[in-house]
Amino acid sequence: MSKVAYLVFKDGTTFEGKEFGEWSKSSAQLKEQEVVFNTSMSGYQEMVTDLSYAGQILVLTQPLIGNYGWHHEENEADKTRLQGLIVRELSEGEGSLHGEGSLEDYCQQHGVQGLKGVDTRALTRYLRQFGTLPGLLVQTQEAGVEYWANSQRKIEDKSEHWVYRSTVKEAYEIPGSGHLIAVLDFGVKRNIIRNLQKREFRIMVFPARSTAEEILRHRPSGLVLSNGPGDPEELSEGIAMVRKLYDKLPVLGICLGHQLLALAAGGKTYKLPYGHRGGNHPVIDIRSGKATMTSQNHGYAVEEASLTGSGFEVTLRNLNDGTVEGMEHLTYPVLSVQFHPEGAPGPEENAEIFDHFKDVVLRSSTQKGRR
Amino acid sequence: MPRKEWKKVLVIGSGPIVIGQAAEFDYAGTQACRALREEGVEVILVNSNPATIMTDRETADRVYIEPLTVESVERIIERERPDGLIPTMGGQTGLNLAYQLAKRGVLERCEVTLMGTSLKSIDQAEDRESFRALMKELGEPIPESMIVSHVEDALIFADKTGYPLIVRPAFTLGGTGGGIVQNVAELKQIAQSGLQASLISQILVERSVAGWKEVEFEVLRDGVGNCITICHMENMDPVGIHTGDSIVVAPCQTLTDREVQTLRSASLRIVNGLGIEGGCNVQFALHPSRMEYVVIEVNPRLSRSSALASKATGYPIAKVAAKIALGYALTELKNAVTGKTSACFEPALDYVVVKFPRWPFDKFTDADRHLGTQMKATGEVMGIGRNLETALLKAIRSLDIKVYGVRLFELERLSDAELKTACLEPDDRQLFVFAECLKRGWTVEWLVQETGWNRYYLNILKRLVDETTSIANTPWDEQALLCVKRLGFSDQEIASLWKSTEEEVHQFRMKHSIRPVFKMVDTCAGEFEATTPYFYSSYDVEDEGEVHKLPKVVVLGSGSIRIGQGIEFDYCSVHAVLALRKAGFESIIINNNPETVSTDFDTADRLYFEPLTLEDVSEILDKEKPDGVVVQFGGQTAIGLASGLASRGYKILGTTVEDIDRAEERGTFDRVLQELGAKRPRGGGATNMEQVQRIAQEIGFPLVVRPSYVLGGRAMDIVYEEKELEPVIKRALSASSDQEIWMDQYLLGTEVEVDAISDGENVFIPGIMEHLERAGVHSGDSIAVYPPQTLDISMQDRIIALTESLARSLKIKGLLNIQYVIYYKELFVLEVNPRSSRTVPFLSKVTGIPIVDWATQVILGRKWEDIGIPLGLWPIGNRVAVKAPVFSFSKLQRVEPSLGPEMKSTGEVMGMDRTYEKALYKALLGAGLSFTTYGSVLITLADRDKAEGVALARRFAEIGFRILATEGTTRYLKCEGIRVETIAKLHDGSNEIIDGIRKQKIQYVLNTTTHGRAQASDGFAIRRAAVEHGIPCFTSLDTAAALLQVIESISPGLLPL
Repeated sequence: MSKVAYLVFKDGTTFEGKEFGEWSKSSAQLKEQEVVFNTSMSGYQEMVTDLSYAGQILVLTQPLIGNYGWHHEENEADKTRLQGLIVRELSEGEGSLHGEGSLEDYCQQHGVQGLKGVDTRALTRYLRQFGTLPGLLVQTQEAGVEYWANSQRKIEDKSEHWVYRSTVKEAYEIPGSGHLIAVLDFGVKRNIIRNLQKREFRIMVFPARSTAEEILRHRPSGLVLSNGPGDPEELSEGIAMVRKLYDKLPVLGICLGHQLLALAAGGKTYKLPYGHRGGNHPVIDIRSGKATMTSQNHGYAVEEASLTGSGFEVTLRNLNDGTVEGMEHLTYPVLSVQFHPEGAPGPEENAEIFDHFKDVVLRSSTQKGRR
Repeated sequence: MPRKEWKKVLVIGSGPIVIGQAAEFDYAGTQACRALREEGVEVILVNSNPATIMTDRETADRVYIEPLTVESVERIIERERPDGLIPTMGGQTGLNLAYQLAKRGVLERCEVTLMGTSLKSIDQAEDRESFRALMKELGEPIPESMIVSHVEDALIFADKTGYPLIVRPAFTLGGTGGGIVQNVAELKQIAQSGLQASLISQILVERSVAGWKEVEFEVLRDGVGNCITICHMENMDPVGIHTGDSIVVAPCQTLTDREVQTLRSASLRIVNGLGIEGGCNVQFALHPSRMEYVVIEVNPRLSRSSALASKATGYPIAKVAAKIALGYALTELKNAVTGKTSACFEPALDYVVVKFPRWPFDKFTDADRHLGTQMKATGEVMGIGRNLETALLKAIRSLDIKVYGVRLFELERLSDAELKTACLEPDDRQLFVFAECLKRGWTVEWLVQETGWNRYYLNILKRLVDETTSIANTPWDEQALLCVKRLGFSDQEIASLWKSTEEEVHQFRMKHSIRPVFKMVDTCAGEFEATTPYFYSSYDVEDEGEVHKLPKVVVLGSGSIRIGQGIEFDYCSVHAVLALRKAGFESIIINNNPETVSTDFDTADRLYFEPLTLEDVSEILDKEKPDGVVVQFGGQTAIGLASGLASRGYKILGTTVEDIDRAEERGTFDRVLQELGAKRPRGGGATNMEQVQRIAQEIGFPLVVRPSYVLGGRAMDIVYEEKELEPVIKRALSASSDQEIWMDQYLLGTEVEVDAISDGENVFIPGIMEHLERAGVHSGDSIAVYPPQTLDISMQDRIIALTESLARSLKIKGLLNIQYVIYYKELFVLEVNPRSSRTVPFLSKVTGIPIVDWATQVILGRKWEDIGIPLGLWPIGNRVAVKAPVFSFSKLQRVEPSLGPEMKSTGEVMGMDRTYEKALYKALLGAGLSFTTYGSVLITLADRDKAEGVALARRFAEIGFRILATEGTTRYLKCEGIRVETIAKLHDGSNEIIDGIRKQKIQYVLNTTTHGRAQASDGFAIRRAAVEHGIPCFTSLDTAAALLQVIESISPGLLPL
């Protein structure tokens, strides 16, 4: 029988569950983490290995998790930076004939604290009501209460931005027959890389701290600004770097990459009350009037009004709350989306954005050639 | 925005309930009509099924209850001149009709636009060849197949594709002669027999994907091209069993996201490729261990699955499909559940649902209950839970088959070998068979290997089996109880494991406050605030169904559609809800059938999607604390809960539990009749042969025998003479759990049925219905006529008087239904049902009286005068209405089609006109009879029917029919001077009769031989052959007489000089 454990919020609200995953080291150093929920009905593995969740505790609203085990090929990164995973029911993971272990094993091996048997719907409703909040995973309620009582005196968190704890250490190349695309890795999902590979690009993946000069030295034909965790406004280096790049070559920004583009062009971002995380968010293309289902995972959004004069034009909008979902630059071949065209998990129907980006890259390089 | 300004739109319903087409289309059609009227469109509706909400005057602007034939719909179109027609709401029936109307140029001539999905798209999805071509073009894999006429061609095909293969003979029913083959030898053998079985000597050979996962997507697409999937579902059992007979889980649980997205993208490509504008269902087979799939089927319309998807997600598919048909884009519509977010989104579930089929094998004990490609379930139930175990157990409880867990006791008797066979040849009990295997220690691994079920689902089942054992070993342990309650175990199952009673477990649970909370179905997994009043229970922490302090009443629904308890009771439940709302009460409905209007979240003020058991209902009542519970509209399911609820102190509104019991319990009811001086057929109970003989002597023959407490629905029998008595009695005694049987006089009289409203003092009778068939044919299977055609005024007065005194004496508050038989001018009471009945919607439609509404007001205690209900019998109008039963025999192999005291029909139609003949004609037409006015009639009569049969034979002959008869009947008819040709009997080794039926050389069969259960008999073989080949078969002389009456009035005679 696994031990009882708790998720405790600052206001004393407590959710009870049972431990799974890695709990041994955590008791020594308690630390609050942002609690977020995702409403996707499939793809727990992709979510657990999505580096955009770095530093967060993830609540899955789909109640049955782990059903088909773990398949290494399904991982979105070779690591996880997820701090906690909260589910209603955890399965042993035998539903697939070709599973290679279980979610539980993975969490254990990769230091993810798990809490199962939780009334995740109640927790989701709580987060919806009060917004994304920091929460604490603890083994006793008392420890939780004590922690929050002392939280006033807590020294400021001096650890690095999660982007730098998620990005690749050194640049590396993935061979391909086509043009060279530079990917700035803020915590890039593999399926972004796979989508670029599928379009025959040669790819160089750069660490988040790379400089504009380092990147340009490789003379890429296009640049992809990847997804990644955390508050974009805190990434001043990244913003400065993007500012130096986006007028020089075709750029595709995805999620955090999209936000960095907006910030680089003088726009602003803001924190959404409880974010968009799921696989069913409708996004409408303002020009065609057609809507598609998108995969989303973001806590921040670009402020539409702040784009005035930035050179960017909003092209896609969320059908539910009207937030900015995509933009294109009026002068430069630069486009970006707030959602995840690579899905994983979630709908694949927006993968054509990569086709569009490829067209942009090809057109741009022929023009350059002519010039 | 709408493409044009639609003024008038025709909606076609799906007709009678048959296997494969049940209440889901009432739900779809009703929602569509409401959605259209919301837009100010005038709605014209046609459907032949009176027991539907869609045929209510309130649902459409003009309702035609007419046969669903091309001619009759064409007449409606000619008269109404609608500018649009929606073809996709009425199942395959509606779709086929619209297709025919378009093909015959009716739509063009009358300038009717086909709305939503175009004719071309329908054609492309329905026509095998053009569908294959499109799939090829889209690059979507389909199982390779080939039509062949020679075994050699089949072998060549097999060389190319490999094994296993499925062989399906063309034009045979019930799949006889086909099967799955694994190698050359098997293929040779099965192909040969298939070719022989096929009427046109053709077989379809197809690559078999049996054993793959079966996955379905429900898709909506608008005219702009926005395309969304509402829900995906996975069958627990692999490909091989019809989806309608599969246990279905939504959303898919064993697919990786990549698999889900691959199939989702494929369904979008297909639906876009077809250019669907509305709902569409796409079914896939997915390889269990590698990324390979094939498209199995596409339905370009709303379906049973879309109703399920709608209830499983809370997304109103039919409503949105109707708006799309008008021309709206998905992006222009709002999600009705949140009221704020867009309808152009895909619902997220934070629970799991299990759909469980409801099979009719409790009624048809002789039927072949093996499952395969032919659907056999009449209805279905759905369970919602926060884990799969709970959802599954809720679904099982909802079946109303007295099974409360995964144990099915009859399987404990099976030997290991028998159990193994049961695993390999699945029937309706397969889940329970697997549970029994696991209980015996057989491994999940073995079951995976042998049955192809997914390990995940079998593990869930194993957990339930293991917990069953472990809870049995820890009686009265609070923690253990909480643990199994979280898995969805019922008090009743726990009581049986603890060798206690449900009440004691309930008390223990109350003492320890182990109670469920209620969660909301909100389409968005809690992401947005929703106001849907749609709840399910869960052993969780937070209860979110905030109750209102309002006057409120709970209505219990009737559960799944099954033989004997059909859509009529959903009709009544819905009307009770509407009446409650009108009377200013908050209406709350509890039901578990995903196909129905009653479980639409905007029918009642609040919907609890829960099993209809004492435990589940009590929990809701404890939470809601209503002013009372109404049980009389939900059929026997709801009535059956009355005494349990009353003894727990809940208030039952309407007729009290004591009075319900007085009507239902034989002894007390006899006393009531005695006091009133009313008669019932004589009879009595017996426990041994001696008593049987004595009673038989007393009451005489024929007599009806029935077990006093029926196990598994083992049926009643009619015994015509002494020599038949002993075997029947022996069988009945063994079927009866308490070794007692009841014997009653079988009065071959006219059966009459009455529905009435009473407040215990005043009585109102909306109408008297006369049954066309004499008593002995179950009232649900007989043709009913309103107003009566043969009863004189004095008899009607006696019926009124007796109905009134029975209502008063039983202190009825609300509805009651009485079945009478008139035998030699004497009135006998057959039974009194202190509840709404099957005929209430029929009577409501023909008289225009809001029967349920009035009854509900009476139940609420409103004064008779204030409601304005008249007294006595409602005066008849100038219309005659006939209700005809509809059967699904062709889908149920080995079921005896002969009518008798056990109900067998699955649905009904109504024919209404100015004269009896015309109404009868419409009813029979609506029931699917094609009136052939010439040809051959095969007549084989039991000895007791011969005298009476002569007249019928003569009438057939006079119209010009050729009479064929077996030897005995021929001799008899010849003596009476009728021209007859002899046809050889089957047991003489001749195949002449069956061949004649198969080759359509015979147009009607009139057969009354070998009543009972002699399956091997000639009569049975003839009747089965007739129903399987669509030849009208009459097993009651009265039905045949009715047919003749119609034919005589419509056919010209043949009179040579």
